[in-house]
Amino acid sequence: MNAKTADKVATVVICLFAGIIVLVLLGLLGFILFRGLSHISWDFLTSAPETIKAGGGIGPQLFNSLFLLVLTMLITIPLGLGAGIYMSQYAKPGKVTNSIRLVVEVLSSFPSIVVGLFGLLVFVNIMGIGFSLFSGALALTVFNLPLMVRITEQAMAGVPREQKEASLALGLSRWKTITSVMLPIAMPAIITGTILAAGRVFGEAAALLFTAGMSSPRLDFTDWNPLSPFSPLNPFRPAETLAVHIWKINSEGLAPDAGEIAAGASAVLVLTVLLFNFGARWFGRFMHRKFTATR
Amino acid sequence: MQAPAHTRALIEIDKLNLYYGTFHALKNVSMEIPEKAITAFIGPSGCGKSTLLRTLNRMNDMIAGTRIEGKIAIGGADIYSKEVDVETLRKKVGMVFQQPNPFPKSIYDNVAYGPRLHGISGRKQLDEIVETSLRSAALWEEVKDYLKRSALSLSGGQQQRLCIARALAVEPDVLLMDEATSALDPISTLKIEELAQELKDRYTIVMVTHNMHQAARVSNQTVFFLNGEVVEYAETEKLFSTPRDQRTEDYISGRFG
Repeated sequence: MNAKTADKVATVVICLFAGIIVLVLLGLLGFILFRGLSHISWDFLTSAPETIKAGGGIGPQLFNSLFLLVLTMLITIPLGLGAGIYMSQYAKPGKVTNSIRLVVEVLSSFPSIVVGLFGLLVFVNIMGIGFSLFSGALALTVFNLPLMVRITEQAMAGVPREQKEASLALGLSRWKTITSVMLPIAMPAIITGTILAAGRVFGEAAALLFTAGMSSPRLDFTDWNPLSPFSPLNPFRPAETLAVHIWKINSEGLAPDAGEIAAGASAVLVLTVLLFNFGARWFGRFMHRKFTATR
Repeated sequence: MQAPAHTRALIEIDKLNLYYGTFHALKNVSMEIPEKAITAFIGPSGCGKSTLLRTLNRMNDMIAGTRIEGKIAIGGADIYSKEVDVETLRKKVGMVFQQPNPFPKSIYDNVAYGPRLHGISGRKQLDEIVETSLRSAALWEEVKDYLKRSALSLSGGQQQRLCIARALAVEPDVLLMDEATSALDPISTLKIEELAQELKDRYTIVMVTHNMHQAARVSNQTVFFLNGEVVEYAETEKLFSTPRDQRTEDYISGRFG
C-alpha cells in the first residue's frame, strides 16, 4: 500500500468513527426526545408530582435542578477561579503546588456515590445542615471544583506570555494584569469549563440522593422569603432534582403513568442542558467580543 | 551626531553581574547611557544584550533563579534598592517587544489601557492621551477613523507602532526596544527606525538589535557584547569605522555572529 492509499484509508476510517459517534449521539437524543416530547406540556412543567394518581408534573423538580445549579455555581466559580489563578500565577512550582494538584486530581476521580455518602456524613450529619439544597450544592462542589480549578489554571497558562509582559511592562501590578488582560483572554476557555461543570450538576443523581434528598416539601411558589420552610428559595430545604426524580420514578414510581413521566422528564432534562449550553456559549462569545473588540 | 560627553548620563550601570542559576549571563558590565539619545546593543545571539535590556525595567525579576550583583541607577536612583516600587519604575521605563503584542482589544483601548489603569478616567483626558500617543508613534493618520476596531486587524508594522504608542501613553522617560523590528518587513522596519529618530529628542532610547546596519543607521552610541561582556562601547560612527577591538571588527565585518 503506497502513501496515497494509506492516506485515503485513514481518512475513510476516521470519518467513519466520527460518523458513528454522531449517529450514536443523534440516536440517543432522538430516542429520548421521541419518547418524551409528546408528554411535555405547560401543565407537566409547572404542576407538582402525584404519588399514585396519573397526571403528575415535574414543576418543583425542574425548579430544584435550576436552583441547585445556581447555588453550586455560586460556590464553585469563586473558589475555582481563585484556586486556578493562584496555581497558575502565584504559586511557585514545587512540592506544595504539586501536592495541591494531586489532591485536586484525586478529588475529581472519586465515584459520585462515595461523594454522596461523604456529604451525608459531613454536610448532612456532622455539620447538621440536613438534607438540603445547600448540602447538595456542597457535595457537587466537591466534584466540580477540580474541574474548575484545572480549567482556570490551563486557561490562564494559555494566555500568551507576550500579553502578560506587555501589561507588566506598562507598570501595572500583577493583579491588574490578571484582571484586565489575562482573564478576558482566558474567558472563553473558562466559560467552556463552567458549562462542563454545570452539565454535571444537571445530570448528577447519585451524590444528591444522600445530600439534597429524595423529596421536596410542598413548595409555595407565592412565598419568596428565602427563610420560610416552604419557600422555593430556601436553600436549607430538602430538594429532589430532575435527575433524582427520574431515577426514583423509574425504580419505585407508583403512578400508572410513571413511564411517560420519566420519559417526559428525561426529554426536559436533555433540552435544558442543550439550552443551557447554547446560552452559555453565546454568553461566552458575547463577553469575548465585549472585552476584545473583535467582531 | 551627539557625543556621549556632551550629554548627561541618565542610566548608570556599575559592575553588574547577572546569573541565571549557575549560568553567568552578564559579566562585570559597567556603562553610562546618555539621555535623549539612541544607544544600541549589538552582538551575536546569547551574548547578554537582551538580558541587560531587561534588567533596566526589571523584567528579569519574573524569571526564577535570577541573581543580580552590582548597581543600576536611573536618574541617580538605584533601581534595585528595596524601596523601589517596580510598578513605578516600569512606568518610567517603557518597553517594546520583539513580537508586536497588542492586546486583543480595540486600538483605542490598547493605548488607553495604561493611563486608565493608572487612574486616569476622564473621557476627554483619555481621548487626548490616545491622540497624542498615536501621533507620537506616527500612527494617528492611519487609524484615526478606526479607533474602535480591533488592534489585531492592523498590519504587523502598524501593530508595533501601536505598541510604541501604548508604551508612550504612560509617559515614560526611557524607551527600551527589544529587537522591535526583527519580526517586520523592510518598509515597516524603516518606519520604526524613522520613528525612533524622532522620539530620541524627547526620550532616552535603548535598543537591542540583531541587525548591525540598523545600529549603524539609527543609533548615537553602540555597545558590542560578546559572551556576557562589553567588548566595546563607542560612538556609533567610530565603532563601525574604526573599531578598537579585533573582535568588534570581526563581528561588524561579518566574520561571525
